[in-house]
Amino acid sequence: MTALGKLLRTTAFRLALAYLVVFATLSVVVLAYVSWHANALIAAQLNATVNAEITGLAEQYRQGGIRKLVATVEERSNRGAGTLYLLTTFAGDVLAGNVVGLPDAALAEQGERELPYQRAGEAAVAPYPAVVRVFVLPGGYRLLVGRDTEERERLSGVIANAVQWSLALVVVLGLAGGVFVARRVLNRIDAMTDTVRGIMAGDLSGRLAVTGLDDEFDRLAQATNAMLDRINELMAGLKEVSDNIAHDLKTPLNRLRNRAEAALRDARSEDDWAGAMERVIADTDAMLGIFNALLLIARAESGGARDQLAPVDLADIAGSVAELYEPLAEERGVALVVETPEPIQALGNRELIGQAVANLIENALNYGGSNGEVRVTAHGEGDLARIVVADRGPGIPDADKARAMDRFVRLDTSRSRPGSGLGLALVSAVARLHGGALTLADNEPGLRAVLTLPIQAQALPPPAPPALPAPSAGAKAAE
Amino acid sequence: MTTAMKLLIVEDDREAAAYVVKALTEAGHVADHAADGLDGYALASASNYDVLVVDRMLPKLDGLSLIGRLRAEGATTPVLILSALGQVDDRVDGLRAGGDDYLTKPYAFAELLARVEALARRGAAGAGDTVYRVGDLEIDRLSHTVTRAGQEIVLQPREFRLLEYLMRNAGQVVTRTMLLENVWDYHFDPQTNVIDVHVSRLRSKIDKGFDKPLLHTVRGAGYVIRDGAR
Repeated sequence: MTALGKLLRTTAFRLALAYLVVFATLSVVVLAYVSWHANALIAAQLNATVNAEITGLAEQYRQGGIRKLVATVEERSNRGAGTLYLLTTFAGDVLAGNVVGLPDAALAEQGERELPYQRAGEAAVAPYPAVVRVFVLPGGYRLLVGRDTEERERLSGVIANAVQWSLALVVVLGLAGGVFVARRVLNRIDAMTDTVRGIMAGDLSGRLAVTGLDDEFDRLAQATNAMLDRINELMAGLKEVSDNIAHDLKTPLNRLRNRAEAALRDARSEDDWAGAMERVIADTDAMLGIFNALLLIARAESGGARDQLAPVDLADIAGSVAELYEPLAEERGVALVVETPEPIQALGNRELIGQAVANLIENALNYGGSNGEVRVTAHGEGDLARIVVADRGPGIPDADKARAMDRFVRLDTSRSRPGSGLGLALVSAVARLHGGALTLADNEPGLRAVLTLPIQAQALPPPAPPALPAPSAGAKAAE
Repeated sequence: MTTAMKLLIVEDDREAAAYVVKALTEAGHVADHAADGLDGYALASASNYDVLVVDRMLPKLDGLSLIGRLRAEGATTPVLILSALGQVDDRVDGLRAGGDDYLTKPYAFAELLARVEALARRGAAGAGDTVYRVGDLEIDRLSHTVTRAGQEIVLQPREFRLLEYLMRNAGQVVTRTMLLENVWDYHFDPQTNVIDVHVSRLRSKIDKGFDKPLLHTVRGAGYVIRDGAR
């Protein structure tokens, strides 16, 4: 596509062309109207002048007969001033007047007509146009009074000129304006296109230029830049996640391999083999657990389970999951206190919320210290429900609270204990799927994990953007 | 103790299918194998199986459509769906399509066996009976009472449901996930051994003080309640 072709194809230029046609048509119509009216007006004035002249001459004739008329016509003929006079006998002999070269039939009949004429005493040039009135007087005398119409013709000429010039001006200005605007737009668009191509080619740091004019292009550029920033963030998050996955899945895979190798090398008896195989299966199951948790987080974050939301009782879920863990807590010497005073109806996924509560309780039991107390409560307040799992353990330092909800983050204090590092990330993802949030607070002492979920069906927001880089950011945004 | 079942495995992974067929045969059952949906449909309509094990993703005719066709023809054979898809929402689709149980891949063979046996016996094992008996242990589902050798045993509501489920499947191995699904109605995977603690609590109530234990742990699989060792 040539540069000119590109220019002519722009929307701006096409718009300019359309306006050009509209304005040109409009100016022609206006000038035609003006010229038509001016013509009519001038014609009326000419007629009035001729009529007044004739009335005056008729008066002369009535008072003084043909002699007086001849004298008056002669006197007026010499005045010039564009009025034409001619007085003839019925045979056509001229008695007085300032007109010559009239067509033969001009005086034959009474009435008004337009004629070419020549002025008496002037060298024969092209005849002038005139409007004349012929009057037959008693005695066969013919009186012609007329008016030169050159003025009228000149006015028509002026108007025709004006039409031509204004048309030319409209076309030239319109085309120039169109080209100017189109080029301006084209330059901005070309610059944007270049930048976008660069970004597609891999230069992810590229951003659209913002001119500071705060026009529509600036707004588009700002929105696009914000989108690019967001994409960058997500990509960084994705990279971090895949790095983590690679690391955290390689570690147990490696362990599994070592175990199998050791069994192959050292196992002597049937029992040795069986024991080794059992440990290998247990390791595999643990890895499958990690996979499942990851898939579940991904599913929750993509909002894929959103259409599976059904009416559930949050208090019942919290209560039944707590009940599931009650004997385990007792075995570990931890008092599991459950407080779910009344049903809390909400739209939710029972499995996911159940899993989330289970993860929180397991965390509390695993890291909440021994001989303590774990308190599970579910309360509805307005259009929010809070499921709180609070323990009396060491808690999580403020600095680590947001990080604790990321995938595969295992705080130093928990490194030595079993776990995939996905528990809180899953809870956070489940909360966001439901339009809620997970917040970690201080239980003074201990950790107080608060799962906030909206109660009303209408309170469910459209799918939130998946907060890949830092689940905590999503949680904050949802608050 | 369990009667031999006739099973159909519809699974396109031949190696996995061969392993399952072999293991089922060793467990005393008869298993046929179909490698795609159309073959599976032909076999299932041609002969009477006790349970169908159908993979969700199959060549030629996918698992859910296969089940849909059989159900449309009025077949009531219990179906266990196998799937590599996620657990939470796909399970709902599977059960809605006419499946009776759902198992996510990869699975332990013990889990598959326990579920297939439970499905096969579901119609037979008098689910409508009001009283289940195993040895001298008796559970009355109407009056919610449990007695052993005439002695009343007081159970918590959840312990009662746990025992009820075990006794409905008396002689059958039930896995931990089956217990979690049927007694608590959750399908997720607890990290810790919560179910074991519940079972050992129940065991201490029904077996403690009696000579013969009835609630047995089956290593690598789950639990079984039965009178006398096999």
